[in-house]
Amino acid sequence: MIELKDVRKVYNAGKPSEFVALDGIDLSLEAGRVTVLKGPSGSGKTTLLSLLGCMARPTAGRIHVFGREITSLPERFLTEVRRKTFGFIFQQFQLIKGMTAIENVMIPAYPSGERRAELKARAEKLLEMLNLSHRAEANAEWLSGGEAQRVAIARALINNPAVIIADEPTAHLDTKLAREFMEIIENLNGGGMTVLIASHDPLIHESPGVDHVVTLKDGRIVSQGAFQCS
Amino acid sequence: MRWIEKQRNILDFTLGSLLRRRGKSLALLIVYSLVIFMLASVIFFTHAIKKEAAVVLEGAPEMIVQRLIAGRHDLIPKSYADTIREIKGVYAVNGRLWGYYYDPTNGANYTLMVDSDLNDTAGSIVIGKGVARNLPGDNYGAIPLKASDGSYLFLKVGGILPAESELVSADLILMSEKDFRLMFGIPDEYVTDITLQVRNPKEYTTVATKISQLLPDSRPILKEEILRTYDAVFDWRAGILIVILLGSILAFLILAWDRSAGLSVEEKHETGILKALGWETSDILLMKFWEGVAISLTSFLVGILAAYVHVFFFASGLFEPVLKGWSVLYPEFRLTPFIDGYQVATLFLLTVVPFTIATIIPAWRTATIDPDTMMRT
Amino acid sequence: MLVNPPILALLIFSALASAMLLYSCVYGIRIIKGWDIKSGSEYQLSLERRTYLISTIINYVFVFQLLSFFVFIYTADQLHTVFAGAMCAAGTLNLNEWGYRTVLLKFLTCVFSGVWLLINYVDNRGYDYPLIKKKYGLLLLIAPFALIEGVVQGLYFFGLEPDVITSCCGTLFTSENEGITAGIVSLPRLLVQGAFFGTLALTVLLGIAHLRRRILRGYPFALSSIAASAASAVAFMSVICLFFYESPLHHCPFCVLQKGYGYIGYPIYFSFLAAAVSGPAIAVLDPLNRIESLKTVVPSVRKRLIWLTLGAHSLFAGITIYEMIFSKFQLQ
Repeated sequence: MIELKDVRKVYNAGKPSEFVALDGIDLSLEAGRVTVLKGPSGSGKTTLLSLLGCMARPTAGRIHVFGREITSLPERFLTEVRRKTFGFIFQQFQLIKGMTAIENVMIPAYPSGERRAELKARAEKLLEMLNLSHRAEANAEWLSGGEAQRVAIARALINNPAVIIADEPTAHLDTKLAREFMEIIENLNGGGMTVLIASHDPLIHESPGVDHVVTLKDGRIVSQGAFQCS
Repeated sequence: MRWIEKQRNILDFTLGSLLRRRGKSLALLIVYSLVIFMLASVIFFTHAIKKEAAVVLEGAPEMIVQRLIAGRHDLIPKSYADTIREIKGVYAVNGRLWGYYYDPTNGANYTLMVDSDLNDTAGSIVIGKGVARNLPGDNYGAIPLKASDGSYLFLKVGGILPAESELVSADLILMSEKDFRLMFGIPDEYVTDITLQVRNPKEYTTVATKISQLLPDSRPILKEEILRTYDAVFDWRAGILIVILLGSILAFLILAWDRSAGLSVEEKHETGILKALGWETSDILLMKFWEGVAISLTSFLVGILAAYVHVFFFASGLFEPVLKGWSVLYPEFRLTPFIDGYQVATLFLLTVVPFTIATIIPAWRTATIDPDTMMRT
Repeated sequence: MLVNPPILALLIFSALASAMLLYSCVYGIRIIKGWDIKSGSEYQLSLERRTYLISTIINYVFVFQLLSFFVFIYTADQLHTVFAGAMCAAGTLNLNEWGYRTVLLKFLTCVFSGVWLLINYVDNRGYDYPLIKKKYGLLLLIAPFALIEGVVQGLYFFGLEPDVITSCCGTLFTSENEGITAGIVSLPRLLVQGAFFGTLALTVLLGIAHLRRRILRGYPFALSSIAASAASAVAFMSVICLFFYESPLHHCPFCVLQKGYGYIGYPIYFSFLAAAVSGPAIAVLDPLNRIESLKTVVPSVRKRLIWLTLGAHSLFAGITIYEMIFSKFQLQ
């Protein structure tokens, strides 16, 4: 479904501060699976996530998403692919303060020109699914950690993506909330959603729902394979 | 239509975003409105006063003939009027008597003019409101005017000219021919200038040329030329004032640039989130466009409204002296409110356009934030 | 030199627009030299980001230039009171050699930027920016027009002297005068009307045929539209305006912008400009259909342009034909 061939990403090329974030990456992600990217800080996890999620262009190599090559797609098209295919959950959730929960959920769909009433109905349904209907009109800064997490998930789902990408989703959560998060993810995966998580939380690595683990070090893949109990 | 819905959604978000940053937006709004207010005041005032001058001069004679001696305006013999009367197409040829009088007690210059209606009531005068204001007390009584032979003429105020005509009549004193000739010692054969009308309006220039030929020491002046001069003077004054105000416009543009470029951490963060969530660069640029529209439209309306009130209800207290001209006697009058699309378009070109151009590059810098900055924080 | 608010506004705007265009040209050259869509280098990414800026700049310059075109003509009209002999914009523009040239250059700048914006729109919708280098090459050709226009406008305003006596449109736009305008005004009326209605009808027919997919290429329609625009301009000056002015000798194209005629000149000029931009734009689009990444884009854009062109010509025809029918003036 998502294929990377000999992908390389270099920042500040040609300058003294040149930094090779990723090199020689060959990776294939299958639909319907939960994949985890693990590795220490600076291993290239975040960069790889950006490339997989069509947020950045590789310096070299090729990337295919659903059979379509996106390597040299200009931003306009890349963004459209990203918006339709991926839903993102960021570290610390990154909700916009001053906006309500439901407004935060609707934001990713604004540029597609959908009728507002329909969009709102869809957002309400998502919040209901995540047991947050009662907090729909609460401002983002007044949400608890668990509530913010669920709003972030709803937001990631608003455009009916095929893939959910989560970057260190449990880094600022306690164990209970982390487990809740994985439950939701497993439910989504059960419904056919492909999930990609970058994390160094052992709770996620050891979660039974995980199908595929990719380990990175110094910008290269050191191992990948089906989930194994450590 | 998808396109319209998209504009609505983004506009909605933009307005919410502006309200979330009320403080910063307000500061810019105030300065922007102020700049528009100042420019609009100048433009409205100039336009209205030009119109006023045209309206007022409607009653003025189409052509005046003066006599020049050594390049200076001198008295003209009544006999010249006879010569002029013979020209084909000319009618209503009349001599006028008028002059200036300097009153040392208050430093004012009055215009003294003969009104044939007063010829039967020698010793009585009708004065303009500006003159009346300079007289002590309410009961005006008699005014002493110093004649050319050093003696004093005591002339009784018989009436005051109405307020509607104040623009031209403020400093006017109307008197009888007898009193006038006595005041200035002007012999009976002379008048100050001669007015006339021509039957075919297209012929004024031809008639003026004929008069110049028949009476080589005369100077015909057309009302049209006076209007042109007024227009040019008011325009010029307005132009100079705007050039002076350019300094403040520039300061405003720098503020606009600075505000757009110096985004707070929060604003940058917000844009990063949008980009990461699937908003494209052109979507962010669209948001910035609507932001500009919201701010510009609001400031434009506030500025124009304030200028309208300032010019037409408060008589442009701030700019009056420069625009109307220096004089001790100010006619008090209300300008007729007059705004048209042309003035609005000019204002738009002077304010909104530079503002928009100043904010293009900062807006673009914001819009081109990398979407993966959210991943890297 | 005349210094008044509208003149200042026009001069300031021209200066700003010229500066923005020069800036765009500098980056245009970089793009032509270094663009490589297949590269993922940071330089390429920065160039891609820069194209957004240039598009935005040209978009704004075009819209504001349209506004300045009308403000310029209106200013010339308003100034007629200051100059002996001038009764409308025609006289004021005739005061020195730069007046009419400014009008022409403003018009051309509007048309060229409109066409450029269309090419830009189409190019942005191709997944590999197929026209990028040609587009910026074109920008390098167009920008000088705007720069020269700013200079010529400045020369016009700085060269205005109230002592100069000019001619009124009654003498400028007659057959006795010399030049193109005299030629236009003395053309046989039947021929002019025939050309006007003929090209208009042809344009409408070709437009409908294209929209119903009877014709696939846009060239025939585009050429017909350009011919119709030219015929409209000639017909307006030669015959149609007589109906507005109700006088057999009044051929001035500017008096119709005055209040006395209900400002009807503005929709006439506007519709004429719209057709003048969209007609050639369709001609430019046709060869682009061969490009792989634009194959889905060009037909839909062309269709919308055809509607726009038809609408513009219809508005122009509607206003003018209405006046020709209901005016008290009758052609002999």
